[in-house]
Amino acid sequence: MKAAIIVFPGTNRERDMKIALERASGHAPAMLFHRETELPAGTDLVVLPGGFSYGDYLRCGAMAAQSPIMAAVRAHADRGGLVLGVCNGFQIMIEAGLLPGGLLRNATLRFLSMDCRMRVERAGTPFTGRWQKGATFRAPMAHGDGNYFADEATLDRLEGEGLVAFRYVDDRGEVTPEANRNGSARNIAGILSPNLRMCGLMPHPEDLVDPLMGGEDGLPMFESLVESLAETA
Amino acid sequence: MKLLVTVMPKNGVLDPQGKAIAQALGTLGFGGVNDVRAGKVIELDVAETDPAKARAAAEEMARKLLANTVIESFRVETA
Repeated sequence: MKAAIIVFPGTNRERDMKIALERASGHAPAMLFHRETELPAGTDLVVLPGGFSYGDYLRCGAMAAQSPIMAAVRAHADRGGLVLGVCNGFQIMIEAGLLPGGLLRNATLRFLSMDCRMRVERAGTPFTGRWQKGATFRAPMAHGDGNYFADEATLDRLEGEGLVAFRYVDDRGEVTPEANRNGSARNIAGILSPNLRMCGLMPHPEDLVDPLMGGEDGLPMFESLVESLAETA
Repeated sequence: MKLLVTVMPKNGVLDPQGKAIAQALGTLGFGGVNDVRAGKVIELDVAETDPAKARAAAEEMARKLLANTVIESFRVETA
C-alpha cells in the first residue's frame, strides 16, 4: 500500500494515522505538506487526518480545502483513487465538495472528547471489508463540529444508495438519540462516495489500533484498505 | 469600494449558537426574545469601482468560499 497523509498547518493526528497505516500495511506512509502540488507516484490511498487546520478559520476545513495539494487530491479521486478523511479530514472533504452535506457545531455546543460506538452500515467496501454489516466497534472522538447535516433529499439518496458507512449507536447497537452525541442527522457518523472509493467520518479509528492504546477496535478499517489494495494489485 | 457579505445559517439548519445566545439573554432578564440566529459578517475592500461588478464578484466569492451554501445563506451589500 502506498499511502500519503496530507499535513496542513494545524493538523495534529497525522502521526496517529501513520501508526495505524504502518501497523496494518507494514509500510510507512508518505507525509505530504499542503503546499505540495503532486502526490508521490503510485499513491493509492490519500488520507486527510484530524486536527484543526488553519485554526478552523471561517469554517472547519474551508481553508484547507483550497490548499495547493487539494487539486492533486481531487485528480486522484477522479481517477478512482482511495481517499479517507477523518474528523477534520472529513470536514475538509466536505468543504472540497468530495462528499455531500455539511458539518455543523455539535448540537450541545460542547466539544466532545470521549469514546463512541459505531455500527457498520455498509460492508464490503475498501474501508469496511473486514467487518460484517451491523458489526459495532468503539472509536474515540474529539471534535466540536461533527453534527452531520444534509437536506432530506440528500439524506434519502445517501441511504437509498447505501452510502451511509457508519452510524452512532448505543452499547446494544441501537440507533438512539442518546448515542448521537453531536446531533448528526439520522445518527450518521461517516459516509461514502458513490463509487465507494472515498470515505469520511468524524470518529478516530486510527486511535485504537494497538493494545497499548487500549484496544484494536479501529484496526479492521486499515486492514480492509490493505486487503482491498492487495485484491486490485 | 467596500462590501459587506452577511453569512447566516439557513432556515431550518440547527443554530446551537443562536439558541445559546437566546438562553443567555433570558438569563440576563431580556424577556420577549422569540428567536436568535447567529451568523458572521465579512467586510471586503475591493479595487473594483463599479458597484454591480463588485457585487457580482463578491457573490462569486461567497459561493466559492465565504459561505457553505449547503448550510448557510449569504447576502451582499455595498457599504
